[in-house]
Amino acid sequence: MSVSLSYEDKALNVIGTRPIRPDGVDRVTGRARFGADINLPGQIYGRVLRSPHAHAHIKSIDISKAAALPGVKAIVTSDDFDEMPTEYIAVGEMIVNFRDLTRNVIAREKVLYDGHPVVAVAATSDAIARRAVKLIDVEYEILPHVIDVVKAMAPDAPLLHEDQFTQGVEPTPEKPSNIAKRMMFEIGNLDAGFAKADHVVERVYTTKPVHQGYIEPHSSIASYSEDGTVELWTATQGHFVIRAQCARLLNMEISKIKVIATELGGGFGGKNNVYLEPLVIVLSKKCNRPVKMTMSREEEFRATGPGAGGRILVKIGCTKDGKITAADFQIDLQAGAYAGAPLPQATMSAFTRYDIENVRVVGHDVTVNRPKVAAYRAPGAPNAAFGVEGAIDELARAISLDPVDFRLKNAAKEGSKTYYGVTFGPIGFVKTLERVKAHPHYSAPLGPNQGRGVGTGFWFNIGFDTTTSLNVNEDGTITLTIGTVEVAGGGRASLAMMVAEEFGVDAGKVHVSTGDTSQLGFNFVTAGSRGTFAGGIVAVMASRQAIETLKERAAMTWDVAADEVVWEDGHARPASANVGDFEPLSIGDIAKVSNKTGGPISGHAELNVQGAGPGFGAQIVDVEVDRETGRVQVIRHTVIQDAGKAIHPAYVEGQFQGGAVQGIGWALNEEYIYGEDGRLQNPGFLDYRVPVASDVPHIDTEIVEVPNPNHPYGVRGVGEVPIVPPTPAIANAIHDAIGVRFYDLPMSPPKVLKAMKDNGTA
Amino acid sequence: MARQHVTMTVNGDEADFLCETDQTLLSALRDELQLTGTKEGCGTGDCGACSVMLDGRLVCSCLTLAVEVEGKEVETIEGMAQGENLHPLQTKFLEHAALQCGICTPGFLIAARALLEKSPDPTESEVRYWLAGNLCRCTGYHKIVEAVLDAAAEMRGH
Repeated sequence: MSVSLSYEDKALNVIGTRPIRPDGVDRVTGRARFGADINLPGQIYGRVLRSPHAHAHIKSIDISKAAALPGVKAIVTSDDFDEMPTEYIAVGEMIVNFRDLTRNVIAREKVLYDGHPVVAVAATSDAIARRAVKLIDVEYEILPHVIDVVKAMAPDAPLLHEDQFTQGVEPTPEKPSNIAKRMMFEIGNLDAGFAKADHVVERVYTTKPVHQGYIEPHSSIASYSEDGTVELWTATQGHFVIRAQCARLLNMEISKIKVIATELGGGFGGKNNVYLEPLVIVLSKKCNRPVKMTMSREEEFRATGPGAGGRILVKIGCTKDGKITAADFQIDLQAGAYAGAPLPQATMSAFTRYDIENVRVVGHDVTVNRPKVAAYRAPGAPNAAFGVEGAIDELARAISLDPVDFRLKNAAKEGSKTYYGVTFGPIGFVKTLERVKAHPHYSAPLGPNQGRGVGTGFWFNIGFDTTTSLNVNEDGTITLTIGTVEVAGGGRASLAMMVAEEFGVDAGKVHVSTGDTSQLGFNFVTAGSRGTFAGGIVAVMASRQAIETLKERAAMTWDVAADEVVWEDGHARPASANVGDFEPLSIGDIAKVSNKTGGPISGHAELNVQGAGPGFGAQIVDVEVDRETGRVQVIRHTVIQDAGKAIHPAYVEGQFQGGAVQGIGWALNEEYIYGEDGRLQNPGFLDYRVPVASDVPHIDTEIVEVPNPNHPYGVRGVGEVPIVPPTPAIANAIHDAIGVRFYDLPMSPPKVLKAMKDNGTA
Repeated sequence: MARQHVTMTVNGDEADFLCETDQTLLSALRDELQLTGTKEGCGTGDCGACSVMLDGRLVCSCLTLAVEVEGKEVETIEGMAQGENLHPLQTKFLEHAALQCGICTPGFLIAARALLEKSPDPTESEVRYWLAGNLCRCTGYHKIVEAVLDAAAEMRGH
């Protein structure tokens, strides 16, 4: 069946309103079941012994004392997992090297970071499991380690992987190195471009890795049956991807693994891959009992996430009237223990907001003795933007041009071709910048020690494999089963609203629930800002399929041809007066007799969704700097961003506000502190310091709507972009306030105070 | 060591449980009484997801030993709605879209109710500082603060 999925500009009844989300009440009453809230009869408890060293050979593991402890039911080491070769295998659109993944789940020959899992234990109580872990003797041969990305790139740096030869360099180097991969895009002629420039800014920036900081720790519970099947409940953004990874790691058939995604207590990219899942499955298999495992917050910081940090080199040249003539960029990203920093995203997002003739971007994916990075909201893009948007602010000031006008002179628009080959369709960057200029915040007066900065952000957005199943119930209500996860808020609400709009019914008549992996075809992880976009497309497809059936059933009832029936305002109606004089039939009228007209009415859709609309945003930030303490307080913050179309505007605003505050944390506070011994010294919320309510002001929002032509309602993803602009916007604002420009995150009080003392303004 | 028998009141009902002496109130609520609405985000008193009322005082249940609650009264998120009627804070959180993932929401609601009982007409700053012990990574706090101020206004009768 063919459906038109392109954007239609039409009157809307449901979309754009702000109904209470359908899954809201369970969340304000404590009823919603998150990962750790799932319990099974007969369950026992798992714990993980983790490496205390940043880098060491495992000489031997003695589990005998732990195994002898009463109550210990199963112990798992890397011996329980098959060796996997280096092989890049697609899991949906995710490319996984299972050699690395199995080693990250449980260390084999070496431990590569403080917190690396070494042994997993299951026991009849959590207390016994904790005691058992302490009884395991591991003999290590400690190796030199490297935490810093620049040091890791040096030729004589401690080497994490003896078989890692830099990819993307011709010829392939003969000597192994910590640089796993090099990536480059180049267009035009860089030298010629810089020769035309009147002003050039060339700077080095550093960003720190930051944790996703979801409040819900990873939690998984598996029940393995003697018939070789397993049920797994887990807190994840992608239960189908978890299933695929477990199947390969454990050499199981996919159909034998059922994964149920629990309600998710935050992910932000950090819950896309397995950590505990393979361990609880193997433990459960070994002891024939359900095994539950939940990470502590310390384990979260030591062994999951973070989003990548790195070093960024930026060189941009412009003419005296503000036209960028050339732009050069290099980013060296920390991958953590195993390759996989978000290189394509960082390099491809670096200059994408601007239409520049001569560009070169280079990226390096660098292994260091830290936990393997995970995606974190627009992975790679905030690092790149911290450099690029800072350099642009410097250039604008150098030629005395308003920084927003500078961006407008160079802004990408419909028809602009990116340096990686994509030509943009309709995009909202220019409109967003114009709204920044027109916003009262942009021209509001500032007080002493206050400054204002602007930053902009871009994200690709994605579609990919998405499936759904829709049933018209006997009473005319609608149940939509989805394979994406409610990752943050408003996903189910938005899908219900799009379905309601299609059928012409109230959103309250549509119930959305998340299906497990046995109920639907494969869904990619709910990430990259795809839930509402891709989930919306399949929900609309399924709705239109069911509506076609409803029309056929009405036609059958009236004994007319199917094409003589139209669907309007929730009713089947004769297409014209010539068809006959029939009372319109509501969805309920048709549904309640569906058994007499051919059976239940449903719709479903399975699609690798394409056509995601790129997202652009800008933020205006005012800061006040305390000259005695160096503390920077954000005092006003405005987010302006193109959403394509806001299905539920309150949850779009929520994405803008939440992303902006994560960006504030990245800019001002958040940081991992490693000791000389390579151990993490601040593995807790108190010392890691994510923003709290008193750290931030109200975050004002303005939704720009330039419809995505490839979505029936014009939706673009909105979740990623808002974390991109804050770091440069705040750096630019601090410069405006005190005349000091920061190139190194976080811009924490000691650094700001020292900089003010150095320039005599403290 | 023998498990301890603890008798207490939870959300107005008498309850009892057996616990280890080193077990936290959070663990007793979740694992012994199956009241899983109270959440663990950190276990170290930094995130506030485990906030409950203990004899009318706001505490982190992860920092309270279960044996300490003998004879005391504990109020959790499960007791916030009265029958079918949500507490005004619960309603306002829904109306303002003040929750996204919702894992921190029970803690915020308990903490916010404690604030409004003590200070029915708080300023925005008071709300932000009172709730500074509760972490939310999704919302950026804006809509939470709005919801609390709006609930306060409604509870005062405007």
